[in-house]
Amino acid sequence: FPGLADVSISQDIPVEGEITVPVGSHSPDEDYSTLDEPVKDTIMRDLKAVGKKFVHVMYPKKSSALLRDWDLWGPLVLCVSLALMLQGGSADSKDDGGPQFAEVFVIIWFGAVVITLNSKLLGGTISFFQSLCVLGYCVMPLTVAMLVCRLVLLAGTGTVSFIVRLVVVGAMFAWSTLASTAFLADSQPPNRKALVVYPIFLFYFVISWMILTFTPQ
Amino acid sequence: QGGGSAVIDMENMDDTSGSSFEDMGEMHQRMKEEEEEEAEGEAGAGEEEDGEFLGMKGLRGQLGRQVADQMWQVGKRQASRAFSLYANIDILRPYFDVEPVQVRARLLESMIPVKMINFPQKIAGELYGPLMLVFTLVAILLHGMKTSDTIIREGTLMGTAIGTCFGYWLGVSSFMYFLAYLCNAQITMVQMLSLLGYGLFGHCITLLVTYNIHFHSLFYIFWLVVGGLSTLRMVAVLVSRTVGHTQRLILCGTLAALHMLFLLYLHFAYHKVVEGILDTLEGPNMPPFQRVARDIPVVSNAVLNTTAKAIALTL
Repeated sequence: FPGLADVSISQDIPVEGEITVPVGSHSPDEDYSTLDEPVKDTIMRDLKAVGKKFVHVMYPKKSSALLRDWDLWGPLVLCVSLALMLQGGSADSKDDGGPQFAEVFVIIWFGAVVITLNSKLLGGTISFFQSLCVLGYCVMPLTVAMLVCRLVLLAGTGTVSFIVRLVVVGAMFAWSTLASTAFLADSQPPNRKALVVYPIFLFYFVISWMILTFTPQ
Repeated sequence: QGGGSAVIDMENMDDTSGSSFEDMGEMHQRMKEEEEEEAEGEAGAGEEEDGEFLGMKGLRGQLGRQVADQMWQVGKRQASRAFSLYANIDILRPYFDVEPVQVRARLLESMIPVKMINFPQKIAGELYGPLMLVFTLVAILLHGMKTSDTIIREGTLMGTAIGTCFGYWLGVSSFMYFLAYLCNAQITMVQMLSLLGYGLFGHCITLLVTYNIHFHSLFYIFWLVVGGLSTLRMVAVLVSRTVGHTQRLILCGTLAALHMLFLLYLHFAYHKVVEGILDTLEGPNMPPFQRVARDIPVVSNAVLNTTAKAIALTL
């Protein structure tokens, strides 16, 4: 092996270590201790994690905290609140009007799953649930836009309110797309970023469209 | 000590298969028992307790090993099932191996009919472009349905849009593949899906323009020009891959008819102009269309009839 000719271990550096395998005896203790802790601690810890991720979406820097410990609590809360706010849309009959609750839910989750599968098929390095987590959290600007739209609609439904809503929803849509692109596009080979960004763009466009065309009755 | 180190004690090991999972279960058991033994009582003769300890140890060790064994089996089964699921995704991976420039080139090519039909034309068997086009069509359809205040009775807007677009893409592709099989055309299923999917590009452009600018004549011009170009392209590619006049005629006639009629259906079933047509042609006897829940297929038949009448009148 000619390549190993220059490998040498100097005599005065002792090679030492431990044969015993540290099993991590603290881990069973830790398991038991998180089971034994009061419920308030568990909830507060999870809430803090969710809150930290919301802050990351507000200021999308290229940090890996959102990706590392993924969780789906935030997306669930956002999805449910968006679906609830989209209820009571314009309808004359009770049969249909705005999107039903289940419709919004299905659109968001099915759309996120399709985007994740697409990015994986294009050779992405991100895992399934990490991608779902990022896409779900980046729905937050659109939820804020929905809130603002509902407030603006309380004032009136004229052209001015439409323009205001259009501007707000447009800005939040751009923010959502940019935030999720900042997290997801890094996991792709560099020349295929556009292929991943387009379905994300379409996904948030459909959600923005549902928000913009919402008129209460 | 309290279970700090985990030196593997060979003499207490039962006959394990050497998998680390069972070792973990075994060591966990041992540590728990050590703690329990320490907690229970320091009193007790050494040897007697040692002997008893070993005996109980043996029994508990066996039970622990069996539990660990079972969990290992279940885990292995779940892992292999998950792996086969991922392997299924990997089956689709080669069809998504495209570059953005390739997608753009194919989109533009889908509107340019080929001239050379004596030589089989190459069809790229990719699924990314067609899938994205179908989703874009769904989004455009949603926009059209919203602006025309379509009310769907037994379903939802989104469900109808997705069902229509995916149903067309998958259903017509399968049907054309079956016809191609009957007519001995040289085309695979993925190529058929790809061809039809890229043909939807013309539909997307037409609907995007005409859902926003509501002119009858504009729609007909777009229908003929844009729809016609993409149909010609698909037809030319299919013709180049088929031998025999009758077969060519069957295949291309069916494809052209389905493609053009689908564009017509998409425009008229979900568009505001429905009210305009019915008002002008049927007169004031017809009730206004706006807020009545209707079944789409029934109406579209009526609409197609009135459209045909209108075309006949204008020609």
